[in-house]
Amino acid sequence: MKAFTYIKNTLLAGLAIALTVSCEREISDDAVLASFPNTPDIFTDTPVGLTDAFFESFDPAVGANPNGFGTDENEAYEGSTSIRIDVPSPSDPDGGFIGGIFRDRGAGRDLSGYDALTFWAKGTLTGNVTVGFGTDFETNLYPVSTEIQLTSGWSKYVIPIPDASKLTQERGMFLFSAGSFDPLGNDNPAIADSFSDNIGYTFWIDELRFEKLGTTSLLFPYILNGEDVAIDNFTGYMQAIDGLGATFNLANGQNVSVNAAIAYFEFASSNNSVATVDTFGNVNVIGSGVATITGSIGNQQANGSLEITSSGAFVNAPVPTQAEADVISIYSDSYVSVNGFDPGVFAGSNTENISVQTFDGNNHVRYEGIDFIGIGWDGTVNVTGETMVHVDIQLTSAAGSALVMELIDFGPDDTDNGFGDGSAGGFNVSSQLIQGQWVGIDIPLSAFTLPTGGGGSGNPNLANIGYIVFVSSNGASFLVDNIYFY
Amino acid sequence: MKKLIKHTILALTLISSIAFVSCEADETQTVVTKTNLIMADEFDVDGAPDPSLWTYDVGDGSQEGLPGWGNNELQVYTSNAENVEVQNGLLVITARENGSGGYTSARIKTEGLFEQQYGRFEARIRLPQGKGLWPAFWLLGNNCDQNPWPACGEIDIMENVGDEPTIVFGSAHGPNFSGAESITKKYELASSRFDTEFHVFGIEWSPTIINYYVDDVLYQSITPETIAQDTNGEGTWVFDNPFYIIINVAVGGNLPGNPDANTTFPQRMLVDYVRVYN
Repeated sequence: MKAFTYIKNTLLAGLAIALTVSCEREISDDAVLASFPNTPDIFTDTPVGLTDAFFESFDPAVGANPNGFGTDENEAYEGSTSIRIDVPSPSDPDGGFIGGIFRDRGAGRDLSGYDALTFWAKGTLTGNVTVGFGTDFETNLYPVSTEIQLTSGWSKYVIPIPDASKLTQERGMFLFSAGSFDPLGNDNPAIADSFSDNIGYTFWIDELRFEKLGTTSLLFPYILNGEDVAIDNFTGYMQAIDGLGATFNLANGQNVSVNAAIAYFEFASSNNSVATVDTFGNVNVIGSGVATITGSIGNQQANGSLEITSSGAFVNAPVPTQAEADVISIYSDSYVSVNGFDPGVFAGSNTENISVQTFDGNNHVRYEGIDFIGIGWDGTVNVTGETMVHVDIQLTSAAGSALVMELIDFGPDDTDNGFGDGSAGGFNVSSQLIQGQWVGIDIPLSAFTLPTGGGGSGNPNLANIGYIVFVSSNGASFLVDNIYFY
Repeated sequence: MKKLIKHTILALTLISSIAFVSCEADETQTVVTKTNLIMADEFDVDGAPDPSLWTYDVGDGSQEGLPGWGNNELQVYTSNAENVEVQNGLLVITARENGSGGYTSARIKTEGLFEQQYGRFEARIRLPQGKGLWPAFWLLGNNCDQNPWPACGEIDIMENVGDEPTIVFGSAHGPNFSGAESITKKYELASSRFDTEFHVFGIEWSPTIINYYVDDVLYQSITPETIAQDTNGEGTWVFDNPFYIIINVAVGGNLPGNPDANTTFPQRMLVDYVRVYN
C-alpha cells in the first residue's frame, strides 16, 4: 500500500479528509506530525547545514568583535580543518570580545535523541569561554550555556542537554563568547583599569556535534541557584524565579553545571490560594498563608525553593490629608515630591536590604535590618517656613526595635561636606512604633535635638536639608511612606 | 577488597588477558555454563535481609584487627535499617554521612549460612554515585580463620569507584597475588552508566577457570595458568573450597580516595537479586 505522509500544515487538511472518509477507513498510521532532520554534526571539516553566514556575531554595538572568526587548515583535532577564533584584547577598536552563534540553515533540527553537545577544543592560553546552544536570535527559547576552561592540548568538552525532549525543532546549534585573558586574575567590571593587563589569544574548536552519549547523569536541576529562600510578604507581591540550571555527572566522574532557560522547567505552588506561579516562573502572591514554589525538569525535582509567608492584603499607609500647597514633600505618591529621591544614598555596612515595593499603585520603601541608611535627593530643601515633619512607618521587625530619625542640613554651600557649615540633629521615634501597623509620626522640627551618628550636635538649621537618616542600634526592619514637611 | 590497584598491574593484566584469554567468543574460549539454580534471594520481603541467608560485618574493622578494614576506609558498618534494608523488591545498602563528618554503611555476608564451591554467582545491581564510594559484590574463602588471607582466596565479582561511573572491575586474590598485586581487569560501558541503571555482574567458577561477566559480556578469564603467568609462577590457584558472598558499600580509603565536595549523601546501592547456580 502506498504510504501517505502528511506533514506540517497539511496535517490538518489530512485529518479533515481522513475524518470525512472514516466510515471507509481509519486514518493512516503514516499520518504523523512533521519532524525535522536529526543531523548531529555542526562542524567537522566544514560547517554542516548551517546558514551561509556560518558565524553570526553578537551585536558589535555592545562590543562584540566580528572579525576574529574563521577556519584553520593547519589545525584540526580530526580531519583537515578546525574553527579558529582569535579573541581580541580589550582595547581592540573593533570590539573587546568575540562571540555569536551558529544557526541551522533550515527550519531547525530534532535534537530529542541526543543528550549532549560535544566538541574538541584547545587554546594558546587557558582562557575561559562561555559555550552553549539553543540561542537562535529569534525565539531564544531553549538556551543552555556553561563556562569551560581551555587547555593547551586538544580536550573534549561535554555540554549536557537538560531535557532533550523539548528540542524537536531547534535552530540554535552553538553559541560561544570569549573575552580577553586575565593573566593577573584581577578583572573587576567596576574598575576599567583592571582590564588593561588583559591579552588576546586564539582557540580552536573541532568535531562539534550533538551526541547520544548515554553516560551523562542528571544529578539535579536547580532554581534560585539551589537555595531554599524564605520571604515574608503580602498579596500583590510578584517575583520571577531565576537562578535556573542543572548539574550533571559525566562519565569522567566530574560534575558540570549548565545554565538552563526557563522553558526547560515546570513550576508548582504548594498552595495556589496563597501564591501562583506561571510557566515563565512568575510568582504572584494572591492571599494569606504559606506557599512554597518549586521547580522541576521532567520528573526531576529541582534543588532550591521559594517559601512565601503572606500576611494577606497589604494595607498602604493612610493617604495624607495636608493640602498640597502646605507641604514640602520628600517621598509620597500623594504629593509632588523632590527630584532624584534615593532611599539609600548611603547605608551602613550591616544593612541587609533596601527596596521599593508597590501595592495597589502605591509605593513605599522597605528597609530590612539596617544599622543606618541615608535618604537623599537632588539638591536641598528649605523648610524654615515649616514647623513639622511627617513620616509613616510600619515596623516589621520585633517590638523593641530602636529607630532614630535624623535631619542633615548641608549648610549655605548646599553641599554634603561635613559640619563646616552644616548641622544635624536626631529624634528618637522608637516608642511610637507598632509592629505590623502603619503609624503616622508628626515631629516638631524643633524636636531634632539629639546628637547624630555623623557628628551633628542637634537642633539643625533648616534652610538646606539634604538628607534624612534612619539609625538603628539593633537592626530594625520597617516600611516608610509619606515623608513631608508642613 | 583488601587491595590496592596499580596501573602497572592493570596494564600487565590487560596484556596477559589479551595474549592468553581472548574475550571474543571464539572457539578457543573456555566457557562454563551452569544453569541449575541452587540459591536465590530476590529480596521480595520488606524489612531486614533474610536472616537465614545473611549476616553482618559491623563496626570499623577494629574488632577484626583491621581498623578501616585494612584500607583506611571511613565508614562504620551497621545492621541498622537506615543502612541496610529490603524495600520494594530491592536490597538497599545506604551509605550515610553522620553529623560529625563520619559515615555509616553496611556489609552483609552469607558466612556460615550459604557457602558454595564452584558455580555461577550473579547479582543485578545499581551502584551508588560519587567520589569516595566503593561498592562491591565479592566472595571470600570460608576457611580464612585457619588459612589466613590471602591464602584462603578472594574473588571480587564486581568493584567500582564512584568517580568512574562507567567502569567496574573484577579481581582475584591469592598467595602472591593479593592486594595491590591482585589479578584484575576493568570493564567499561561505552554508552551507559552503572549508577543510573541496573546491570548484572557475575562469575562462572569451575575447577579450572573463573569467567567474569557484565550483563552478557565475558571480559576476563582467570585460570591456574594465567595466575602462574601473571605472578612469574609464584601465585597459586586457591579456589577449590567453599566461598561465601559479601555485598557492601565502603566509603573512602586507599582505593577510591575520600568523598569530595561534589559527593552527596545518602548514596544507595540497589540489589535486585542474588542468584547462585551450579
